[in-house]
Amino acid sequence: MGDVRLMKGNEVIAEAAIRCGCDGYFGYPITPQSEIMETLMIRKPEDETGMVVLQAESEVAAINMVYGGASCGKKVMTSSSSPGISLKAEGITYLAGAELPALIVNIVRGGPGLGTIQPAQSDYFQAVKGGGHGDYKLIVLAPASVQEMNDFVDLGFELSFKYLNPAMILSDGVIGQMMEKVELSDYKPRWTDEEIEKISGSWATNGKKAGGERNISTSLDLDSAKQEVFNHKLQAKYRAMEENDVRFEKIACDDADYLFVAYGSSARICQKSVELAREKGIKVGLLRPITLFPYPTKQIQEMLGQVKGILSVEMSAGQMVEDVRLAVEGKVPVEHFGRYGGIIPTPEEVVEALEEKILGK
Amino acid sequence: MTATTEINNIISEENLVYKKTDVLLDNEMHYCPGCTHGVIHKVIAEVIEEMDIQDKTIGVSPVGCSVLAYNYLDIDWQQAAHGRAPALATATSRLMPDKYVFTYQGDGDLASIGCAEIMHACNRGENIVVVFVNNAIYGMTGGQMAPTTLEGQVTATSPYGRDCATTGFPMKMSEMVSLLPGTRFVTRQSAETAGAVRKLKKAIRKGFENTREKKGLSFIEIVGTCSSGWKLSPTQSNEWMKENMFPYYPLGTLKDE
Repeated sequence: MGDVRLMKGNEVIAEAAIRCGCDGYFGYPITPQSEIMETLMIRKPEDETGMVVLQAESEVAAINMVYGGASCGKKVMTSSSSPGISLKAEGITYLAGAELPALIVNIVRGGPGLGTIQPAQSDYFQAVKGGGHGDYKLIVLAPASVQEMNDFVDLGFELSFKYLNPAMILSDGVIGQMMEKVELSDYKPRWTDEEIEKISGSWATNGKKAGGERNISTSLDLDSAKQEVFNHKLQAKYRAMEENDVRFEKIACDDADYLFVAYGSSARICQKSVELAREKGIKVGLLRPITLFPYPTKQIQEMLGQVKGILSVEMSAGQMVEDVRLAVEGKVPVEHFGRYGGIIPTPEEVVEALEEKILGK
Repeated sequence: MTATTEINNIISEENLVYKKTDVLLDNEMHYCPGCTHGVIHKVIAEVIEEMDIQDKTIGVSPVGCSVLAYNYLDIDWQQAAHGRAPALATATSRLMPDKYVFTYQGDGDLASIGCAEIMHACNRGENIVVVFVNNAIYGMTGGQMAPTTLEGQVTATSPYGRDCATTGFPMKMSEMVSLLPGTRFVTRQSAETAGAVRKLKKAIRKGFENTREKKGLSFIEIVGTCSSGWKLSPTQSNEWMKENMFPYYPLGTLKDE
C-alpha cells in the first residue's frame, strides 16, 4: 500500500496535481473549492517540482492563463465552482477551438445566479452540452469519491493530451468538502523540454525551432469552407472518444429489475438506496456514468431487455435524465428524481421516489 | 547607358543599405492604406532579428485588426480571446522564463474589454512586453467608439461626436499603468515619420532587453492612425493625429527604471 491518508476532496485535487507533474495552476477563490488553491499555496510546489501556482485577478484571467500555458505544451489546470465556471466558458470554448489540452475542475454549487454555496449537480448541461459557444465537447469525468478526485487529475490530463481537448472534473461540494481515505499517487516528474518537444512539438508555441515550422495557437479561420472541415475533424474526435473512452461502473445490476442511473455524490447516495430497496425485496441496480461525455449510452441500452424502469437521480431539476431518455428511446419508463438548490437527498427519499415514480406505474 | 542598366548597376550587394528582415513574412498584409500596424510589425520583426531571438519569442495577438498579426511575423504565436492577451502572456512567461513574450493589442482590446487583464499583468510586473496600438477607434468592427476616442470625435457609435458627459473621457492608459509599481518602462511613441520610427524601434528594443534582464513589464504605446475609421486619407490622418491625438496623448517616456 502506498501513501494512504485521510483527506478532503479539494485538498486531494491539489496534491494529485503536484504528484502528476502538473506545470501550472491558475485559479481564483470561490466557495466551495478554495481549499484547492489554498493547499497549493501551503505546499509551495514551485520549490519542490517547479510547478507554477498563481492567483489570478478573475476566473476569466485564470482560464486565459490556462490557454497560454496549454499553448506552450505544458500541463496546466484551473479550478472553480459554478458561477466561476460560467465566467470561464469563453476560455473553455477557445481551448476546445484551438485543440488545447487542459484540466478544469468544477466543484459544483447550487444555482442559478449566485445561488448557494451548498452542493448541487445542476451544471451537467453546462459541462456536457456546451456552456460556451460553438460545436464543442469537453471530456467530463465525474468522481464519486475522494479517491477518484485523486485518480481523475492524472486521468484528466492523460485524456486531454490524448485527444488535444480540454477535460473537466465535474464534482460537487459534497465530494470536495468530505474527508475520506485516499491512496495518493506516486510522484511523476514534470515533463522536460525534450519530452514536451516529443509529445507536443508539432503544435506547442514554445519558440520556433531553427529551420523548423512555426506553431500558432488559434481557433480562428475566416474561411468558412476550412472552418467546416475543421469542425468535421472535431466531430470525428468526439466520436473517437465515444468509441474508446466511455467509463462507467455497475453495482448490483446482474439480477436487477429496475435501475438507478446516477453520477458523483448522487451515485454514492444511490448505493445505499440499492441496499435499502433490496431489503424491501425490490431488485434495483445502479449504473454510474464515470464519463459524462462520452456518455455510457450503449451500456444503458444493454440493460433494456432486463430492467422494467429507470430512475435518474441527480441533484438538479433534471438534466442528465435527458441523456438517459435519449439512450432508452421510450422502451421503458424513465423518470427523474432530484433535490436541488443545495439540498442533498437521503437514500430513503430515493427509494420512495423509485416506488412512487417507477414501481407505482 | 539606359536608365534600366543604370539601376541594375546600382542594385548590387556592396550598395545594399536596407534589407527586409526575414522575420517579416512575405504574406500580403490585410491592413488598409495608411494604417500604422504594418510599420509597427516591421519594427518588431527587425528588433527580433537584431537581438537574434526569433526562436525564443512568442507573440500573443489580440482580437481586432491585428488578430492576424501571426500571418506576418515568422515566430510562434498565440491568438487570444478579446482583451485576454496579458493573461496568456503571464502564463507563457512564467512557465518559460527564458523566452521573450510580447502582447500586441489595440485600444478596444487593451483599454476596454481587457482593462482588468492589462492592469493586473502590469501590477504583477510580469516579465513581458506590451505593444499597445492606440488609434482611438475600433477598426475591425467598422469604426466604433473606443475608450481612447477623443472628445467630439465622430465614430459609428458616436455619430454626433463623443460626448464625454455620457460616455466618459478618453483613457490615458500609459499614464495609468505608469502609476503601478510593477511596470518598469512606460513610453508613448508614434510611427508617422522616419525619425519617429527610429525612436519607436529603440523603445521596442529596450522592452525586449528588459525581458532579457528580467526587469519586468515594458509598456509601449504607439499613437497610430486609422484612415478607414477616421474617414480621412492617409496623409490627412497623419495631420489629424498630430493636431488632435498628440496634444491629448503626449509622446515621450513616462517611466524608465
